[in-house]
Amino acid sequence: MRFRLRPLRAVLTGALLAATAACSAGSTAPGGAAPAAPGAATLTIGLTAEPANLDFTRTDGAAIPEALLVNVYEGLVKIDQATGEVVPALAEKWTVSPDGLTYDFTLRQGVTFSNGEPFTADDVKFSIERVKSADWTISLKEGMSVVSSVEVVSPTQARVVLSQPSNNWLFRMTTRIGAMFDPSGVADLANKPVGTGPYEVTAFRRGDGIDLTARQNYWGQKPAISKATLRYFKDATATTNALLTGGIDVIGTVQSPESLAQFTNDPRFQVIEGTTNGEVTLAMNNAAGPTSDVRVRRAIAMAIDHKAVLDTAWAGRGALIDTMVPPTDPWFEPLPDVTPYNPEAAKALLAEAGQPAPKLRFRIANLPYAVAAAQVVQSQLKAVGIDAQIEPMEFPARWLEQVFKGADYDLSIVAHVEPRDIRTFGTPTYYWRYDNKQVQELLTKADSGPAAEQDATMKQVGRLIAEDAAADWLFLLPNLIVAETDVKGLPKNRIGESLELTTLSRG
Amino acid sequence: MLLQIVQRAAVFVVSLAVATVVVFLFMAVLPGDPARVALGVNATEEAVAATRAAFGTDRSLLVQYVDWVGGLPLGDFGRSYVTQADIGPQVVDRLLVTMWLVLSGMAIALVVAVPLGIAAAVRHRSASGTVISAFSQVGVAVPSFLAGILLVTVFAVRLGWLPSGGWTPPAADPGTFLRQLILPALSLGLVQGAVLTRYVRSAVLDVLREDYLRTARSKGLRPTAALVRHGLRNAAIPVVTVLGLQLATLLVGAVVVERVFVIPGLGSLLLDGVANRDLLLVQGVVIVLVLAVLVVNFLVDVAYTVLDPRLRRAR
Repeated sequence: MRFRLRPLRAVLTGALLAATAACSAGSTAPGGAAPAAPGAATLTIGLTAEPANLDFTRTDGAAIPEALLVNVYEGLVKIDQATGEVVPALAEKWTVSPDGLTYDFTLRQGVTFSNGEPFTADDVKFSIERVKSADWTISLKEGMSVVSSVEVVSPTQARVVLSQPSNNWLFRMTTRIGAMFDPSGVADLANKPVGTGPYEVTAFRRGDGIDLTARQNYWGQKPAISKATLRYFKDATATTNALLTGGIDVIGTVQSPESLAQFTNDPRFQVIEGTTNGEVTLAMNNAAGPTSDVRVRRAIAMAIDHKAVLDTAWAGRGALIDTMVPPTDPWFEPLPDVTPYNPEAAKALLAEAGQPAPKLRFRIANLPYAVAAAQVVQSQLKAVGIDAQIEPMEFPARWLEQVFKGADYDLSIVAHVEPRDIRTFGTPTYYWRYDNKQVQELLTKADSGPAAEQDATMKQVGRLIAEDAAADWLFLLPNLIVAETDVKGLPKNRIGESLELTTLSRG
Repeated sequence: MLLQIVQRAAVFVVSLAVATVVVFLFMAVLPGDPARVALGVNATEEAVAATRAAFGTDRSLLVQYVDWVGGLPLGDFGRSYVTQADIGPQVVDRLLVTMWLVLSGMAIALVVAVPLGIAAAVRHRSASGTVISAFSQVGVAVPSFLAGILLVTVFAVRLGWLPSGGWTPPAADPGTFLRQLILPALSLGLVQGAVLTRYVRSAVLDVLREDYLRTARSKGLRPTAALVRHGLRNAAIPVVTVLGLQLATLLVGAVVVERVFVIPGLGSLLLDGVANRDLLLVQGVVIVLVLAVLVVNFLVDVAYTVLDPRLRRAR
């Protein structure tokens, strides 16, 4: 028997019509999320790591200062995005005593917090002392331990006295620990940040983004972008699609460099390529296992063709570095001859060490750059006889516990993104487990010695850790930005901790 | 009838209680210390210990469990380590987003599957029936995130008809809300629709072979009327069972689709919670998901008795 179901056909046709109607309804409004009206200076930036909350005093990670520092919170000083120098922010000017211990800051007048409170020297004292108190819990607070006292000389004069001279301290004041807070504005930092900056947080949609709106009563020049939206994407393809469809105007951090090809020849977009502080580091355990022998470490460094690693892992975008110093640091120095690529020499070193075929546990962070780089490194090490067993570990939780805290690894890969993190080689308990008295003394000397000698001393440190192959530096993550062509003022290099919005404009 | 309800309620409560234990234990054995994740790489042991005390993760597991479970009946899920906000409202916010996805996906699945499945059954010997079966077979093989990526590539990137992702609450801007909902709902709905089509087809095929349908035809009913009046209700029973299971699948599928479309639903909350070791938050989300599945199962049971009078008497 044969059923004839006319009603069904009608239903099907209806469904098809409805679907077509839905599609054509969409076609009347091209593009993705409603594009900004011309002239209204708004900007939507796609980023990767979403802040877990808005409180960088108690939660670590680069995402919170990236969004809030300079934009919402200001310090007495900040990093100039173009030159990398420490320049005035909330302090108009400052003087340093000849012994390098006393800093006298003259504060700007007429500065207010976003809750309306005036900014005075009392807030400087409050903010700096708060970093030293138990209210700050993140490890970076240690940068303030060199401060012995803060005095309020007058409402616009603050004096900071250090316990010993420190060339690093003022630089560290440009990072999140230098942010100025208002005593009445710290009740709910995780959700309601209160700062003196040009923007305030007007919306925090978890899992989606943050709206930063320009403040009307900001003390300085009003930013050209009146409303900036930071949107967070876990998926690189979703980010790319959002830019192509107008959902965002800028990709702040390109996570898939191989996707750049589709933007480079498209007149609608510009690609900006520069450097960051992110050293993708092949960590080697200096205290245990085969890598505790400097010859094995040097052999590993010489067995690796860094150019090939960069080409495969990050589409050739990024810079090659020879030690833990990015080109934007004042003590940058190329050291191409310390451990040049030379597989034969690597084999000879391994033989000399009596370990021609060491077996290594290669416990890496399960992040795209690390996984991609580890596979290349593994095959290059195999060519000289080293058997490295890759074990990806969930980042951050598991990696932190096993590799970082327990130093239970032979090799690892993770990007170290904090500014001037070469200092970690002076801490024997750090997971490199690198204990070199000379390096420790040089680091102390660079910080507390004459400022004029700092760069030369730091260069010595850079060379020493490279000669010891205390780690191997695979490559430096690039600053890769793709933006619509009308967006101006995007930073070529990412130097500080902040994604500074004040330099941006459109048109 | 009353006994049945009491039995059902007891099963419900026991399942939920077991789920709380299992979820809690899973979180307890998960490697990684929430305090260390919050404080970052250089944190000192003292700072980590202090934060552990602030989070309450330094207490014994039993105390932590009792503290957590005790709040649940009152809707108190505790306070997130990471966001420093109460977990309950966060979960509700995200659940509403995911519900839109799941329900619209389910609606699309039904709209696709019921007519197609019936047509495929009725015409299972003809070309059109075979074509429908083939298409649904392809649909079964496609995971919803792949469908999502394909839909974005075609309708957002190439054609520019719809946004490639994002989320706007319906109250804020209904138009944008709908435009942003279409692609994720389709990626969930079309795939589930393909699966469901096959179930509808086989259920209807079974019914078509039943004696009572032949009897209905022989008493003079036209084939359509016979199927509609006597067949579909019977065919619905196995389909409803599958629907219940599919709702659970959709909840899971939504986790992945939310990522592709950058939607702040329960899935992204769950993934972020795991990454940050925000254990209480993860426990809260999982318990809500368990609750949702239990409720769906309960509703499926109720639906049986509505659809099939025999089940009412049999009990």
